[in-house]
Amino acid sequence: MGEHIIKLPDVGEGVAEAELVEWHVKVGDIVREDAVLAAVMTDKATVEIPSPVDGEILWLGAEIGDTVAIGSPIVRLKVAGEGNVKAGGKPTEPAADTEAPAAPASPKPETAPAPKPARPVEAPVKAAPPAAAAKPLSTSSVGAPRAEGEKPLASPAIRLRAKEAGIDLRQVSGSGPAGRIGHEDIKAFLARGPQVAKASSLARNDGVQDIKVIGLRRKIAEKMTLSKSRIPHITYVEEIDVTALEDLRAALNKEKRPVGAERPKLTLLPFLMRAMVKAIADQPNLNALFDDEAGIIHQHGGIHIGIAAQTPSGLVVPVVKHAEARDIWECGAEVIRLAEAAKSGTATRDELSGSTITITSLGAMGGVATTPVINHPEVAIIGVNKMMVRPVWDGTQFIPRKMMNLSSSFDHRVIDGWDAAVFIQRIKTLLETPAMIFVEG
Amino acid sequence: MREISCKLLVIGAGPGGYVCAIRAGQLGIDTVIVETGKPGGTCLNVGCIPSKALIHAAEEFEKIAHMAGGKSPLGISVAAPKLDLAKTIAWKDGIVSRLTSGVSGLLKKAKVKTVQGWATFRDGKTVEVETETGLQVIRAEVIVIATGSASIELPFLPFGGPVVSSTEALALNEVPKKLAVVGGGYIGLELGIAFARMGSQVTVVEALPRVLAQYDAELTRPVVKRLAQLGITVMLEAKAKGLSTQGDALLVETADGKNAKLAADKILVTVGRKPVTEGWGLDQIDLDMAGKFIKIDDHCRTSMRGIFAIGDVTGEPMLAHRAMAQGEMVAEIVAGHKRSWDKRAIPAVCFTDPELVTAGLSPDEAKALGIEIKIGQFPFAANGRAMTKLGEDGFVRVVARADNHLVLGIQAVGQGVSELAASFGLALEMGARLEDIAGTIHAHPTQGEGFQEAALKALGHALHI
Repeated sequence: MGEHIIKLPDVGEGVAEAELVEWHVKVGDIVREDAVLAAVMTDKATVEIPSPVDGEILWLGAEIGDTVAIGSPIVRLKVAGEGNVKAGGKPTEPAADTEAPAAPASPKPETAPAPKPARPVEAPVKAAPPAAAAKPLSTSSVGAPRAEGEKPLASPAIRLRAKEAGIDLRQVSGSGPAGRIGHEDIKAFLARGPQVAKASSLARNDGVQDIKVIGLRRKIAEKMTLSKSRIPHITYVEEIDVTALEDLRAALNKEKRPVGAERPKLTLLPFLMRAMVKAIADQPNLNALFDDEAGIIHQHGGIHIGIAAQTPSGLVVPVVKHAEARDIWECGAEVIRLAEAAKSGTATRDELSGSTITITSLGAMGGVATTPVINHPEVAIIGVNKMMVRPVWDGTQFIPRKMMNLSSSFDHRVIDGWDAAVFIQRIKTLLETPAMIFVEG
Repeated sequence: MREISCKLLVIGAGPGGYVCAIRAGQLGIDTVIVETGKPGGTCLNVGCIPSKALIHAAEEFEKIAHMAGGKSPLGISVAAPKLDLAKTIAWKDGIVSRLTSGVSGLLKKAKVKTVQGWATFRDGKTVEVETETGLQVIRAEVIVIATGSASIELPFLPFGGPVVSSTEALALNEVPKKLAVVGGGYIGLELGIAFARMGSQVTVVEALPRVLAQYDAELTRPVVKRLAQLGITVMLEAKAKGLSTQGDALLVETADGKNAKLAADKILVTVGRKPVTEGWGLDQIDLDMAGKFIKIDDHCRTSMRGIFAIGDVTGEPMLAHRAMAQGEMVAEIVAGHKRSWDKRAIPAVCFTDPELVTAGLSPDEAKALGIEIKIGQFPFAANGRAMTKLGEDGFVRVVARADNHLVLGIQAVGQGVSELAASFGLALEMGARLEDIAGTIHAHPTQGEGFQEAALKALGHALHI
């Protein structure tokens, strides 16, 4: 039997460290070769770390949320055969730990006792429901919250247990003398579940839950802070009559697909993307990245449109590369493909980076206007608001038209308000007269 | 310039700081503690422990002196005792040094790294320590400020020469013939009484209308009575004005506005303690304050993320055991445990003669909160053990809610009652009712029976009175 140490592999170009976001294994687990051990997150993508060998997990070298340097040991396994840790060879930190539990650099032996005190709390939680639900005791132990300011009466042991189980003791009524809360009361409260706490509503809740900002949420937070603190935004809102566009879209979607061509159902996005491509042809300075430290605007020929997408784990921005070289069907197909990859978490690092301008859409949610945050270091972002039928005055009467607002932000350091308005007006013209989108030259 | 990094840095190795560091070490947190003096802080070095040593020596001496006067009802006669204060102080220093080295050992055992020197904040994550061997920079993820408190100095009576703080009073080589104590709080009276028992002629100058003003008058009455028996003069509503030009007397403005000159070899100024919020770079991190104290929440967090504060620097009551409990809690919070300050009572003990102990609400405090209360009081004059110890003065008092008999507060005054603090604290923390205390067998013959009897009294059926 030997030991095998797995170090964090290089997960992407030029990345020196990655954040550990998930463990798929725990100490004591038996893993097979290629089984996923952990997931780490780089700037954009989540990367899974597979096991190169069969073995039993002895040690995990980081906690969720830790930033781990590429090349540092993250897992130690017990394997058949020699393993990759030489006995008496170069002493590596984790190797020293197993044989000598007192070694100071060992996170495992020291952190191991910590979860213990939590166990007595967990056990009754799991064990309680079937037994306690039948007990008549539960009626008396669930009652009105205490008067404001009145502290619940309970011994320190009970208070500690409640704290660790996340229970607000003010919502637990005690069956003991003078309303003292006993262990049985806690048990009954836990057995009844959280809806009981809700039943005794209107209780003041001073609870504070500390939630560590890790993983994608941390990346989003950092990115947004960077964007908002570095870029002076100017936001321009314009309404667009998309009645004609919607008619065209419906007609195109109805049209019989040519045999062999994979044509997706078109949403509004591909039209907007094509309109943007046309507008950028007149104003190439909108399709740019601003390196403000160097004082250089990198104006790109290729139009790579980022599409902000909501996924179960948070906001990601997959990128439709070279929109200028894709027709409306290709744009549509690429948007669908990327959205699915983003939602299932299979989008690659490459697919999630390299945008030169971004579209964000909260259209599905409604809302009249938004103030989109520019995807740093880009200089423009186009926000789509919900399309709705509104009455429009045509000079003689109100007529129902399909209207949609665009809320767009620009980096005011390099884009003047006038230019921003010209850009949006051009898009407006294109979308309101959609045939123009297809006119070449 | 050397640099070290750690997860947790504790500034100050007083009772709050060292407990925090030891607990953190136990929890496997990489911890560094910085202290400029010896570990143990005020409590071990110049506070609780040395003062109790001196108080004990004074008590022993006075007892024997009393016997030598032929006044002992115990039938013991001895020759007049002599006191070698320098030797007493050396004995006290021995205890202090045993305890401080004990703390060092505990820190080491918990794998806490100790850095000796004065710490100053550079920013919210970095502290510079001036050590004997140069500047040490320490970077930490979490910092705990436990800088404690210091004696307040009166501008017109600066420390030096005959004017001493409690620190110097605990290191005198000779018993002063005449001792003036400015401030009739618990520190002034503890030390004033000790010196009176050792033979000093003591005068206490207090600006308020009574001594031990934080306690109710009923509770302090046996102490006031004893002050008179010990020959201690108490000047109430009197203001210290300064030192006489020769430096041999304290100038006092008496209650009726007259100027008096109080001859004194030593003038002990005990007008309170102030948090140590200067000299360590508070301005660099700009924390929110609550008056002169650092503002903390129920997790001991300050207004800056990653910085905690515990102990005297965070406010009243400035007591070592409060700091210790905070220190332990913060270490556990840093280790990721769910904790918050939810203590019901912080017992306080005053080692005067007789001793005072309080926990929870006094009758007046409970009434002020609009609670209808029942009070049970049992005098030590009816307690067998107190009689055999010649300690019949004093009583135990229990304050409880009238409706459900929940005990809200417990107070006692009497010889040796400090040891009752444990059961008082336990009763309140457990949420005891009068019936719980009355229903607990209290060993006979002890003064603790007084506690049970007080609860019985409140229930209307005391057995021994």
